[in-house]
Amino acid sequence: MSPELGRFALALACVFALAQAILPMQGARRRDRRLMALAPGLALGQLIALVASFLCLVNAAVTNDFSVANILENSSVTKPLLYKITGVWGNHEGSILLWALILGICGAAVAAFGRNLPSALRARVIGVLGGVAAGFELFCLTTSDPFDRVWPAPLDGQGMNPLLQDPGLAFHPPILYTGYVGFAVPFAFAIAALMEGRVDAAWGRWVRPWAVAAWCFLTCGIALGSWWSYYVLGWGGYWFWDPVENASLIPWLSGTALMHSAIVVEKREALKIWTVLLAIGTFSFSLSGTFLVRSGILNSVHAFAQDPARGIFILALLGLVIGGSLTLFAWRAPSLTTGGLFAPVSREGSLVLNNILLCSICAVVLTGTMYPPFMSLLFGKTISVGKPFFDAATIPLAIPLFIFMGFGPMLPWKRAQLWPVLRRLWVAALATLAAFAVTVIGLSGVLPILCATMAVWIIGSSLTDISNRLALFRVSLSQSIQRAKSLPRSAFGAALAHIGVGVSVLGLAVMSQAQHKIVEVHVGQKEDLAGYEWTLTDVRTVPGPNYMAMVATIEIRHNGHLMTVMHPSKRSFNSQNQTTTEVSIHTNGLSDLYGVIGDKHGPDSNPTYVLRLHYNPLAPWMWFGALIMAMGGALSLSDRRMRVGAPRRAPAPDVVAAE
Amino acid sequence: MKALFHGKQMFRLKTGLLLVCLSAPVMAWAVDDPSEMLPDPKQERQAEAIGAQLRCLVCQNESIEDSSAGLARDLRKVVREHVARGESSQQVIDWMVARYGNFIRLSPPVTIATLLLWGMPVLALLIGIVSAVMIFRRRTATPEPLSEAERARLRELGDGR
Amino acid sequence: MSSEQTPPDDQNVVTRRRLLLGVPLLGGAGICGVAFWKMLAGMQTGSFNPHDINAPVTGRPVPDFTLPDQTPGTGFATADLKALTRPVLINFFASWCIPCIAEMEALLTLQKQLPIWGVAYKDKPENAAGLLKHAGNPYARIGSDREGRVAIDWGVSGVPESFLIAPGGMIVWHSAAGLDSPEVRDSLKNALKAVGG
Repeated sequence: MSPELGRFALALACVFALAQAILPMQGARRRDRRLMALAPGLALGQLIALVASFLCLVNAAVTNDFSVANILENSSVTKPLLYKITGVWGNHEGSILLWALILGICGAAVAAFGRNLPSALRARVIGVLGGVAAGFELFCLTTSDPFDRVWPAPLDGQGMNPLLQDPGLAFHPPILYTGYVGFAVPFAFAIAALMEGRVDAAWGRWVRPWAVAAWCFLTCGIALGSWWSYYVLGWGGYWFWDPVENASLIPWLSGTALMHSAIVVEKREALKIWTVLLAIGTFSFSLSGTFLVRSGILNSVHAFAQDPARGIFILALLGLVIGGSLTLFAWRAPSLTTGGLFAPVSREGSLVLNNILLCSICAVVLTGTMYPPFMSLLFGKTISVGKPFFDAATIPLAIPLFIFMGFGPMLPWKRAQLWPVLRRLWVAALATLAAFAVTVIGLSGVLPILCATMAVWIIGSSLTDISNRLALFRVSLSQSIQRAKSLPRSAFGAALAHIGVGVSVLGLAVMSQAQHKIVEVHVGQKEDLAGYEWTLTDVRTVPGPNYMAMVATIEIRHNGHLMTVMHPSKRSFNSQNQTTTEVSIHTNGLSDLYGVIGDKHGPDSNPTYVLRLHYNPLAPWMWFGALIMAMGGALSLSDRRMRVGAPRRAPAPDVVAAE
Repeated sequence: MKALFHGKQMFRLKTGLLLVCLSAPVMAWAVDDPSEMLPDPKQERQAEAIGAQLRCLVCQNESIEDSSAGLARDLRKVVREHVARGESSQQVIDWMVARYGNFIRLSPPVTIATLLLWGMPVLALLIGIVSAVMIFRRRTATPEPLSEAERARLRELGDGR
Repeated sequence: MSSEQTPPDDQNVVTRRRLLLGVPLLGGAGICGVAFWKMLAGMQTGSFNPHDINAPVTGRPVPDFTLPDQTPGTGFATADLKALTRPVLINFFASWCIPCIAEMEALLTLQKQLPIWGVAYKDKPENAAGLLKHAGNPYARIGSDREGRVAIDWGVSGVPESFLIAPGGMIVWHSAAGLDSPEVRDSLKNALKAVGG
């Protein structure tokens, strides 16, 4: 398990990937079954080589092999074992290797689950994935070698930024990357379809599960990152519209649009060209986002490397992948057949509107993120684009989206009448009006009121949709249960995901009313915030594995009853001369009480401590909603009908499109 | 990954502030001294609102209210001094822009150069709607309601409406 | 359906659509690609820095300020700069700032051609004095900005930062990068020529 072995395995994976990119592709072109049949084996070979390479790096980290530059720079003997392992992807080189590994897993997954795919399509999809993987592995081998050696090997490493020694952050990158990289599969399907010159309902059906799966991971990844900043950074913030966050939000928005437009392809054979473009766009955003972040154009200083040579390599790779796919798209898309007709007012129409709004928000976030460097390049002026801009520019687009989310899923396909659908939503409409009345009294600010109201509308109408489908209260309960059993899980999944959006939006809206207080107190002193009485009862020093901690004890009382005791602390790390604050959060599901301890002032005999106390109403709902969204996606995926590769392609071009 | 670059530890290398932030408490928080706050809660709220519009110059897209950088702290003090003198929010922001340019505003002013930025929400929406309408217009035939074959297909796909 | 099956009449339509799709998409992606390439190349040579604040100070008179003495020099105020008859370089520095220490050598060479006045930014007086004793003192006069408040009026966001003041007290040049970089020195020399220094 030496680092050299790891590098060799990586090189081997690269050879497999190149073969995977060339041979099955040739096979599909020449209709050579033997060459096409190589695809799954090559994908598996690449995965095995990547796993071996990755294990070598993990092994070097666990055994404290400081002769490996990457381990030396990011690890130390005293680091806990968990963070030695997760630290492997906590740096530039290791994260690229992880990226390649996930791409390898995607390729092997298509090989494993895609047995029902037509062999030429499967060969092409795996081939495209191989080509992308080869690019990454070459990048890793040439400019970001994680196995580089240092001689002589020092006795101890330089340690890891203590901020990164956190379970939330340790598992954040793999989940987020799975989301990013997962969109490589719809991308590969899109390229394969363009090569074949054929996009039909079966294609839509094959692509959709992959898009949904990637979307679930990306949703969880973004939520986990936001949660991390909430509980680690220690001042109650959760989203800063910082370029790095935006880089994950942009593919999420276009991926959400993709997931919805793929439904139209599958069900009605319409929006085909658009869906192919979205599949290409989403992966392009994933790629360029992560790499722009690393190039130093968007960020000033960060933990990852900022080597311009890497930037040039990445740019060439991006140019090849994005430029190549767009050229192919422009060449082939016009000759794709146009799909089924539909009236503007119809399910298809509402999904078109969903796509327009999502893509508009996506365009705003993209423009806002890229504007500062472009201004700087073109006019030599620097500007900042931050939270006030993004709030003002995106929320007005999100509100109509929320409105249409309510009744869109209930519209019939092809040609619909609005009124019968709206009439069925009267309960949800009443609930929304009631919510509006409550929020006008309870919340301050126009946008929080509107968003909270819309959240109730989304949740209410999604529940109505499901109850309508089950004919609840119209037929007997046992009949409803019968209906529930025959209703596809994807219908429940979609409603659940929409409810998740509502829960998140409600959390965001109410969280805007958070209160906080910064106080300097003696031990024993009481403070009031949001109807709670906070008392600092004790502060003591406790040693940790590689740090010393100042741990406070804060008792929180409500109407004289002891609610909870929290222990926020402040850690001083030995190896990097850094301190971190450990926030203490007490949640009851409806609100968070959030305490932070700061500096110690005054003489040791009678010290005072700075405390920062927050009351964050509905804060947990923001992430809970994201979890519900992902669960909705997972529920859809578990649907038998959604399962990867299930359908067979119609032999003739199509019946539906022929009208 | 995003979080790695977040917040507190990101300062410009060039400035040497990096040195300070590596040796001093990196994870301090925004207003870390209660004495910084204005006694009048209304004025303090105004100061916080102004601070949320101003960028901590040496951080990544954070407002001075959210940052522990030394300069952000100085600027917070300046904002509060001006607010205590009874200046309007616009006056305080103008004072800051006079010194640091538009870089300090987290929401850039509408000028010819930022027209595309501020116009993007409307532009994107218009492009989307106009192209959708054009595509609808081009199709002369009004679609019939679902045919029996289509209905059967949708039923098979598990969506029988 | 593949393109071979398209009837020849439709060929023009297909070509038109190809252009309609290809030109904006590839054009947009191409422009972005070229822009990013220029940015990366510019960042490598130092000619482009997307994170420069570009405080709008050049072409303005020096702000109103008074700086107390910082050993081993004497402090100065707005009036001193306005009374000047030859250009002077104002340099904000601190003993805790590594790029400032790296810049000292270049400043010591430069002060032979151009007087440099220093401002110790948020620094303990004894630490600043210690640095100048150790590394050499390039400054003709030195003021102390203990609280960093004068720096804000100058639009300083970090140290080192340098300003060239023309006779009469006008700021004619500003750099937020250290003078140890040859590009920054060249740009200073050009600015100096323009004001006849």
